[in-house]
Amino acid sequence: MAPHLKLQALVIILLASISVAAQNIKLKGSDTILPIAQEEASVYNKRGKATVSVTGGGSGVGLAALVDNTTDIAAASRKIKMEEKLKIKQAGKKVVEAVIGKDALAVIVNPANRVDRLTREQLEGIYTGIIKNWKQVGGDDMNIVVYGRESSSGTFEFFKEYVNNRKNFAATVLAMQATGAIVQSVAQTKGAVGYIGLAYENARVRQLLISYDGKTYIAPTKANAKNGTYPIVRPLYAYYTADNEGKVKPFVDFIQSGEGQAIVSKVGYIPLN
Amino acid sequence: MLGYWAYNVQPLFKNKSVKKVFEVFQVGVLATSSFITSITVLLIIFFLFKEGVNTFRKSLLEDGYVLSVSKSNPVSEISPLDIKDIFDQKITNWKQVGGNDDSIQLFSVDDLPKYYTEAQIGTELEYIGTCLNNYVATHPRALAYFPQKKHLENFAGKLIKVGSVGVYEFIKGKEWLPTAKPVAQLGILPLLLGTLWVSLGAILLALPFGLATAIFMAEIAHPTARKVLRPVIELLAGIPSVVYGFFGLIVIVPFVQSVFRLDVGETALSGSIILAIMALPTIISIAEDAIRNVPKNMREASLAMGATQWQTIQKVVMPYARSGIMTAVVLGIGRAVGETMAVLMVTGNAANMPHTFLQPVRTIPATIAAELGEASNGGLHYSALFALGCILFLLTMALNLYVQLRLKKAYK
Repeated sequence: MAPHLKLQALVIILLASISVAAQNIKLKGSDTILPIAQEEASVYNKRGKATVSVTGGGSGVGLAALVDNTTDIAAASRKIKMEEKLKIKQAGKKVVEAVIGKDALAVIVNPANRVDRLTREQLEGIYTGIIKNWKQVGGDDMNIVVYGRESSSGTFEFFKEYVNNRKNFAATVLAMQATGAIVQSVAQTKGAVGYIGLAYENARVRQLLISYDGKTYIAPTKANAKNGTYPIVRPLYAYYTADNEGKVKPFVDFIQSGEGQAIVSKVGYIPLN
Repeated sequence: MLGYWAYNVQPLFKNKSVKKVFEVFQVGVLATSSFITSITVLLIIFFLFKEGVNTFRKSLLEDGYVLSVSKSNPVSEISPLDIKDIFDQKITNWKQVGGNDDSIQLFSVDDLPKYYTEAQIGTELEYIGTCLNNYVATHPRALAYFPQKKHLENFAGKLIKVGSVGVYEFIKGKEWLPTAKPVAQLGILPLLLGTLWVSLGAILLALPFGLATAIFMAEIAHPTARKVLRPVIELLAGIPSVVYGFFGLIVIVPFVQSVFRLDVGETALSGSIILAIMALPTIISIAEDAIRNVPKNMREASLAMGATQWQTIQKVVMPYARSGIMTAVVLGIGRAVGETMAVLMVTGNAANMPHTFLQPVRTIPATIAAELGEASNGGLHYSALFALGCILFLLTMALNLYVQLRLKKAYK
């Protein structure tokens, strides 16, 4: 009796795992997108149409996996590089791009700082080390202490490209491990400036108005990021290959749907229109 | 080991009793495990150096990319530092890198859509080579940066040669920008100095406290006091380093900032203070053992001559235990040099050249920990981090060798 039961159980487990594997969608990539992807996957999995398994590792890792055909969807917080596109093309495949949400960065200072607005050029000056004192941008006579993220983070690349005009950060920029550490340091350092994801609003620091044209200064609010007036916003992407479309598209469609976008907003990111 | 096997283990086989067989088995297990341990250590070191050496073989140019200029441009070689300055727009004229007096026009493959329509590039990027050729041929002031492709046969431009980093430049270089595009900057001098400064500061802080505690515990303290003190100090060694780091970030960083009226509290000094606390258990327990190992008759002789307790400690006990105390200090430094997490959290990690203790620094272990996860496996950045590991290994090995030599001298 007992061995017979065991065998039955084994067969059921085997069958179950085979049927799950058949509908398994693998998503790999950006750690920024990870919270969105996990939440979307857990809701989507409950519908039983497919099982989405999510792994992080970074945008580069996800796209490399797409090239090697070890993932179905590559989540990327940056646009696919020409080089990666060419690699996929060499494998005889066509890459499909879908925007699944947006991410915005806020520039923060200590609440004691008089400065409440900066232009992109001023930020570039601060992060490349040309502007060293708050007096140069209309503040008190106080040295600027510049905080940034480790070069390993997608946030770093994003800031470098969107704000710093692809120029390298000055060697004096303090590299922090996490957004929480930046908030902590900016809150306890009078002359500090740093950047954090919009999702991490915090009363201990003040967010700056930002201008890209030098005339209109925009507050970093979710509404401004959504309507496109706030400038430091990047799209978040899902990439897949065209031959895999039938399997992957329903899940991507789900993320882009109203319900999926509500999840994006809930996790703290900016939904599509 | 083979000799040992032949003389001590082999004869046992002749005795047939089970006990003997078991003994042989035990000896075999011991010998094998020590053999495996040493092999593992050697393999790790071999792996470290094998990966690290690649740093000096790979081109500093981003993998798969080329830098090119028009054929009419006289420049054919630019130093890595100059390339970085050109892309940071600090150098804007070809004259500054040995060319004609003309401004430099930067071009990367992502700028292609600014110059050509999508139809010209092709929806599948099939005409990208033609466009690049055309661009380089028609823009004599351009410095173009794009992925290397087979379609660069009959290329209209001239490729700029970018070499690899030399060992000397690696150690003397002052810029650490391993992810800089298109050319990485691998100068570890700020990291090396950062590590040494933080460790030196830590030992300067830890030594007086550690020594004082060790003397107190070994010579002065009542046995009951010692029984309480010892576990407390050993507890210090048991706290995870990330907890120390957190404590440092919340308590020591603001403290240093307000005491010295600094712009920023994440400094080499903050790191030194945390490391000093972390190195204390090592220093105290080894120094205390060294002091306790001073023979009793030395002390008694001194006291019998009429010396006070303090004189005895100062003139007899300390000189006798000097070698052991030195060991404690060097092992403490070793702990400080290799410590990662706590330092990562409190020193600010800015890779600039340290001039004072009150300035943010970046250490070698912190750099490896923060960057290895991102570096693409087998790439230049990855190898450079291994090379940093080699430097760190050589540093701690030198310290340990020094201790061993001293110990040998002391016991002669």
